[in-house]
Amino acid sequence: MVNILKKFKPEKKELIHILHSVQEAQGYISPEAISEISKYLNTSEGEVYGVLTFYNAFTLEPKGKHTITVCMGTACHVRGAASVLDEFSRRLNILPGRTTEDKYFTLETVNCVGACALGPIAITDGHYHGHVSTRDVKKIIDDVSKEEGKKKKE
Amino acid sequence: MKKVDPEKLEKLRAQITASREKEKTCITICGGTGCHAYGCEEIAEIFKNEIKKQKLGDKIDIRVTGCHGFCERGPIVVIQPEGIFYQRVRKEDIQEIISKTAVGKEVIPRLLYKDPQKGVRIEKEREVPFYKKQKRIIFGRNGFIDPTDIKDYIALDGYKAVSKALFEMRPEEIISEVKKSGLRGRGGGGFPTGKKWEICREKDSSVKYIVCNADEGDPGAYMDRSLLEGNPHSIIEGMIIGAYAIGAGKGYIYVRLEYPLAVKNVTLAIEKAREYGFLGESILGSDFDFDISVFKGAGAFVSGEETSLMASIEGRRAFPRQRPPYPADKGLWGKPTNINNVETWANVPLIVEKGAQWYSRIGTETSKGTKIFSLVGKINNTGLVEVPMGMTLREIIYDIGGGIKNGKKFKAVQTGGPSGGCLPADMLDQPIDFDTLTRAGSIMGSGGMIVMDEDNCMVDVARYFLKFTQEESCGKCVPCRIGTKEMVEILTRITEGKGEIGDIKKLKDLAETVKNASLCGLGQTAPNPVLTTLRYFMDEYIEHIEEKKCSALSCKELIVYFIEPEKCVGCLLCKKNCPVNAISGERKQVHVIDQDICIKCGACLDVCPPKVSAISKYTGKDKEKILEQHNRKKTKK
Ligand SMILES: Cc1cc2nc3c(=O)[nH]c(=O)nc-3n(C[C@H](O)[C@H](O)[C@H](O)COP(=O)(O)O)c2cc1C
Ligand code: FES
Repeated sequence: MVNILKKFKPEKKELIHILHSVQEAQGYISPEAISEISKYLNTSEGEVYGVLTFYNAFTLEPKGKHTITVCMGTACHVRGAASVLDEFSRRLNILPGRTTEDKYFTLETVNCVGACALGPIAITDGHYHGHVSTRDVKKIIDDVSKEEGKKKKE
Repeated sequence: MKKVDPEKLEKLRAQITASREKEKTCITICGGTGCHAYGCEEIAEIFKNEIKKQKLGDKIDIRVTGCHGFCERGPIVVIQPEGIFYQRVRKEDIQEIISKTAVGKEVIPRLLYKDPQKGVRIEKEREVPFYKKQKRIIFGRNGFIDPTDIKDYIALDGYKAVSKALFEMRPEEIISEVKKSGLRGRGGGGFPTGKKWEICREKDSSVKYIVCNADEGDPGAYMDRSLLEGNPHSIIEGMIIGAYAIGAGKGYIYVRLEYPLAVKNVTLAIEKAREYGFLGESILGSDFDFDISVFKGAGAFVSGEETSLMASIEGRRAFPRQRPPYPADKGLWGKPTNINNVETWANVPLIVEKGAQWYSRIGTETSKGTKIFSLVGKINNTGLVEVPMGMTLREIIYDIGGGIKNGKKFKAVQTGGPSGGCLPADMLDQPIDFDTLTRAGSIMGSGGMIVMDEDNCMVDVARYFLKFTQEESCGKCVPCRIGTKEMVEILTRITEGKGEIGDIKKLKDLAETVKNASLCGLGQTAPNPVLTTLRYFMDEYIEHIEEKKCSALSCKELIVYFIEPEKCVGCLLCKKNCPVNAISGERKQVHVIDQDICIKCGACLDVCPPKVSAISKYTGKDKEKILEQHNRKKTKK
C-alpha cells in the first residue's frame, strides 16, 4: 500500500488514479486501503468511499480467479447479448456481478468495449470472443478451465 | 536532441520519405480492436518472424496499423504499394502471402473480398464497395500509420498544421478559420467549434485548460476509440492548435476505462511528441508552452457529460451540475476550460492545413465536413464508415453497408445512442446531418448507427435504452432518478405481456416530465428512444398490450418455441444441445419441447440444420394454441 501511495502526490485530485492503482494491484479496494488512502490525502473515509462506489471500475470485494465479461452495449444487444448473458449466468449458477462460491469465476457485464462490429462480445481474462451465441458459452467456460490446467502442467 | 523547429521538421520529413523507398513492399496488418479480437496479434508476430527467418527485411516492411474500418472482414492485411486487400486472413495463409504476393507480386484470389452482389473478387482496397462511397479525410490515414511510430505520422504531413498555426497565424486568425470552416462538435450537441473557442479565448485568465473528451459513452459507437488508438498524433496535433488559439497551457485527454489500448497508444504518442518538441516548453522553438496528460475514466456513462467529466478529473464523483456557468466561465478548478470531442479535435489540423474554404465545400449547408459512423447491428458490412455530411441513410446502409444480414427486412436504425432515437424505413432517403436527425426526433450523437431488422422488437429496444440510462443516472436530480425508473417498469411490464391500455399515456407524460425537468443532458435526452419508438412504431406497443403479441418474436414472455412435427427428422441435435433437457424424442422420431421446462434460450433454433429448420417461434393467439395443445397432452398422460 505504502509503495502505491508513494507514487502519487498527496492531493485530492489524485484520488481516482490511486484507486485505479490499488484496484489493479490488489483486485479490490479493502477497508484498510480506504483508511490509508483517506489518511494520505487528508480527507474523510466517507469521501473515498463515496467516490469509489460511484464508479463501476472499483470493487469492494475480491474478484474470482477468472473474469468473464459480457458486453451489453446496443450493438451486442440487438444481436442477442441478453440470451448469451443468461446462458453464462445459468451455467455458472451466479447472477451477473457475482463470483462463484469457489472464487473461480466472476461474471460481469460492460456497456460496450468498442468491438461492436463483432457483437455479441464476451471477454475472458482480457481475451476477446466475437459473434458469441448461446451455443458457444459452454466451450468458452471450458476453455478457461482448460487453459488453467495447461498452465499448471507447464 | 530530437527537438525540432519548423525548418528541422521539414528536413526530418524529407529524410523519412527519402529513406522509405516508395516502391518497397509493405505488408500492413490491421491492429484495430476488431482485428485484435480475431487474433491479429499472433498473425503479425508470425509475419515478422517469417520475414526475419527468410531474410527478407530489406525487401519487405511490416507495419501494424490502426483500424481500417472494415471490421466485419478482419483480420485485414493490405499489401502496399499496390494496395492489394486481403480479408479474413488466417495463420495458414501467411507463407503464401509472403512468397506469392509480397515477393512474387501475384494475387491470391481466395483471400480477396468477393462482392456479394456481382460475385466478382476485388483486388484493391479502394475499389471495395464498402470503401468506394466513403470520404475518409479523418479516418483514412489510420491504415498507413503505425500508431507507435511518430515518424509514420510525420511522413504523412503530420504536425505541418502546428508549424503553420504557430508561425504563420495569429490565434484570432485560427479561430476565424475554424469558424469559417463550419466545424460543429462531434460529441453530440453539434455546437460550432470556432465559436466555443472564441468564447474561451476572450475570458480574462492567465490559466486556461482544454480537454479532449474520449469517454465515448454511446454503447455501440467506437470511432473515438479507433481514432485515438490508430492515429493518436492527429488528436494531439489538433489539441496543440486549439490550445494556442485559446491560450491554454494544459490539456487533458479523458479516456474511457474500457479502452486500454487507446490509453497505451495515446500515452506513448504524448511522450514521443514531447521528445520531438511538439509538446512541452517552447513548442517548435516558439514561445508557446503546452502539455497534455491522460486521465483514465472509471466507468460511469454520465462522466461523458462535460461538467461531470470535469468533476471526475478533479478527483470527485462525476456529478453533473447546472449550466450556466459553462466550462468557458467556470471549468476545471474554476478556470476557463474548453472541451471538445476526439473527432472534433481530429478535424482541426485538416482545417488549418487545407483552409476553411476547402473544408466547407464538404457537407451540407448547416453541417460541414465528414462524419464517422459506427455501422453495426444487423448489417452485412459492419465497421466504421466516414462519409460527407448529407449522405442518405439508404446510401450508408445499402451501398456501403451492403444491406441487411441474411436477407432480412430493414426495420429501424438507431442513431445517437441512449440520447437518440429509432428511425423507420420511410426515413431512409433523409440526408443525414445534425438538423435532419434532430427534426426526426433523434440526434447525431457521437455517430452510433445501429441497424435493426424484423427480428428486433422496438418496445424491447426502448426498454433497453431506458434501463441503460436508469442504471447510469447519477441520482442527483429527482425527475431523472425516479422518472426513468418508472418508465423502465412500464416498458418491462409491456414486454412481459402485462401492459395495460393506460400505459402509453403514462409513458408519454413521464417522458415529457423527465425531458423538461432533468438537470443535465442525460435526463433531458433519456426519453428520446421511447418518444421515437412511440412516434414511429406505435402499432408494436399496441400489439404487445392488447394482443400480448410480439411480432418480432423477441420478447421471451410472449413467445413459445415449437418443433414442427412434419419437418422434424429426429436428428437429436436439439435434444443434445438443450441446456435444461426440455426436449424428448428418440432418433428418427419427432422431437417435442416440454413447454413447462423450456427456458426459451433459443439453443435448439440455433442448432437445427438450416435444411430442416423444424423449429419455429410463435406469439399471440398461435402461442396460446400451442400451449393449450401441450397442456391437453400432458393431462392425458
Ligand atoms: C449524458 C451525456 C454523455 C455524454 N457523453 C459524451 C461522450 O462520451 N463523448 C463526448 O465527446 N461527448 C459527450 N457528451 C457531450 C459533452 O457534454 C460535450 O458536449 C462534448 O464533449 C463537447 O464536445 P464537442 O463540442 O466537440 O462536441 C455527453 C453529454 C451528455 C449529456
Ligand atoms: S456494443 Fe458490444 S462491443 Fe460495442
